[in-house]
Amino acid sequence: MKIFVHGVGVLGPGLENWETCKSLFKDQHPYDNSVTPDPMPSILPANERRRSSEIVRWSLEVAQEAVHNSQLSPKDMAPVFASSGGEVGILHKICQSLASPVPMVSPTLFHQSVHNAAAGYWSIASGSQRPSTSLACYDSSFGGGLIEAATLLAGDQEAFVLFAAYDTPAPFPLNETRPLVAPFALAFVLGKQALPMSLSMLDITLLSEPMAKATTTMTHPSLESLRLGNPAARGLPLLHTIAKSLTSSVYLDFLDNLQLRIDHQPCRPYPD
Amino acid sequence: MTPLYFGHATLVTSVGRGKQAHLLALQERQSGLRPCDFEGRRLPTYMGMVEGLEEVSLKPSLSHFTCRNNQLALLGLQQDGFEDQVLEARRQYGAHRIGVLIGTSTAGILETEHAYQQRDPVTGRLPASFVPRGQYTQDAFSVAHFVRQYLQLTGPAVVISTACSSSAKVFATASRYIEAGLCEAVVVGGVDSLCLTTLYGFSALQLTAPGPCRPCDANREGLTIGEAAAFVLLEKAPRNGNCQATALLGYGESSDAYHMSHPHPTGQGALLSMQASLASSNLSTSDIDFIHMHGTATVANDQTEDLAIASMFQAQTPCSSTKGWTGHTLGAAGAVAVVLGDLCLQHGFLPGCLNTSKVDPTFSSQILLENQERPIRHIMSNFFGFGGNNCTLILGKP
Repeated sequence: MKIFVHGVGVLGPGLENWETCKSLFKDQHPYDNSVTPDPMPSILPANERRRSSEIVRWSLEVAQEAVHNSQLSPKDMAPVFASSGGEVGILHKICQSLASPVPMVSPTLFHQSVHNAAAGYWSIASGSQRPSTSLACYDSSFGGGLIEAATLLAGDQEAFVLFAAYDTPAPFPLNETRPLVAPFALAFVLGKQALPMSLSMLDITLLSEPMAKATTTMTHPSLESLRLGNPAARGLPLLHTIAKSLTSSVYLDFLDNLQLRIDHQPCRPYPD
Repeated sequence: MTPLYFGHATLVTSVGRGKQAHLLALQERQSGLRPCDFEGRRLPTYMGMVEGLEEVSLKPSLSHFTCRNNQLALLGLQQDGFEDQVLEARRQYGAHRIGVLIGTSTAGILETEHAYQQRDPVTGRLPASFVPRGQYTQDAFSVAHFVRQYLQLTGPAVVISTACSSSAKVFATASRYIEAGLCEAVVVGGVDSLCLTTLYGFSALQLTAPGPCRPCDANREGLTIGEAAAFVLLEKAPRNGNCQATALLGYGESSDAYHMSHPHPTGQGALLSMQASLASSNLSTSDIDFIHMHGTATVANDQTEDLAIASMFQAQTPCSSTKGWTGHTLGAAGAVAVVLGDLCLQHGFLPGCLNTSKVDPTFSSQILLENQERPIRHIMSNFFGFGGNNCTLILGKP
């Protein structure tokens, strides 16, 4: 499945956007993960921004950055939002209040609790009425989202997909069931065809066991522990490959027995 | 889209276990809804509970998956010889060529609700016995993980969680997987089980009815929450050459881009989804014999769905909702309606809304209140979820 990357957004500890991510991967500065961003995506109306969950702010921030970098209209993009834990902060609050002597759930928390809350806020804020899919695939959520995006583009209904992958650590005590090292989010604007702003062409193949190769990892120890410690950060090797304009293949584990091979080819800068 | 045949289908809801029980209940108009006393909580609403779930036991090698949601999934897989048909398909295609796509909204969150009731009073920690099981119970992917392991399938698997359209959208994704050559067949399904989050949550939104839900009724007061598991084996060719098998003929998806928990007031997002489903199936409105409504029986849902249908169909096509039988099974509602639609197509009848005595006089669509027996060829099924997430499926005999 061949698709084109038209825009990227990134957010993580020491990674405030795609520009800092690119310069980091081009070895232009050392990785300093001491500062974790606190995003406030401007696409959300002020009243929504105040009461929005952490995961909504993280996912919409990267979505907004990727769309901005693509110079395309978000109204033309089908959103694919992939997250393992989704609204873990909201689930914690709901479970806490259900365990109280007078169990209850606040109506706002309830509609914020659905796995597709972030995608719902995105479609409202961006005005996109294109089909929107929210999915979960534990540690393979990034891969699951990439497959969904690629298969959508392989059909004849969607020209552009906005693919976001994101996860944030749950609050205590829920975090003990799923310890994540840090919050992380990334987004790609993907399309069927090469456009002037296209960064890369990806050719994605699903491999079953006999063909499996070694997983592509990160050389930097902190980035490698981020890759392993947050399902969305499984996309770091692909970001690295795009940032460095490498012509190479990224191998991404998918579930316990499958792999995705992503053949990456940088697009020629245009105009030349 | 290229039609995808139902190699096999099954379901479990509060109405009963398996297709035969549902066929009888639909024809005899027997509801599965009763007053809510879930976990001893007498909430002022009804529910559609699957009896005897607690007794369903997972085999020892999969016991770490034990939770109400996966017990419900297992009970579903064991009906109508479904797992045997999957085994047959596995022999035919190879385990790695069969995908698993399941829709759920809350997975096994009930386990986490219980764990929060048992937090250590000093440290605030969750019970040590729960912590390692979170991945297999509460986690959104756990139900697809369980189904994949139980059926010993090794193809791609994902959970789609878009609230009440979740297990409708898995059919669309399955079609794309097969079209892209990722799979030869896909086990699609929906599993959602009762939990306090949804019972209290919908009640807080004032969307639950005090009595059994009455879709499209002039005096409807809201929805009834139900639980269910439903599965379909989707394949490119009819199994055993059964050309009369039901097939997925088209799908449409859209977003309201309007509000998190209210549908667009004119049903405009729903309309986009219905139009896309017709385009995808190469059918026109006159080809549709029956519109299986989302019909949750909330004031807003049924009203906007009626508006959307009426603007497209000009009151010629019979419409109804089957929520009066099963309740609203949330993330499982898509797969449940699909399997009920399969029964209607195969046995030639239309189910009139159950519990509904007087159709809302403001409605323009042709809402059925009684069952009708006649052959039908094409059904349009609607599904709308929180976040303004819409999906429409076209089922029929190709």
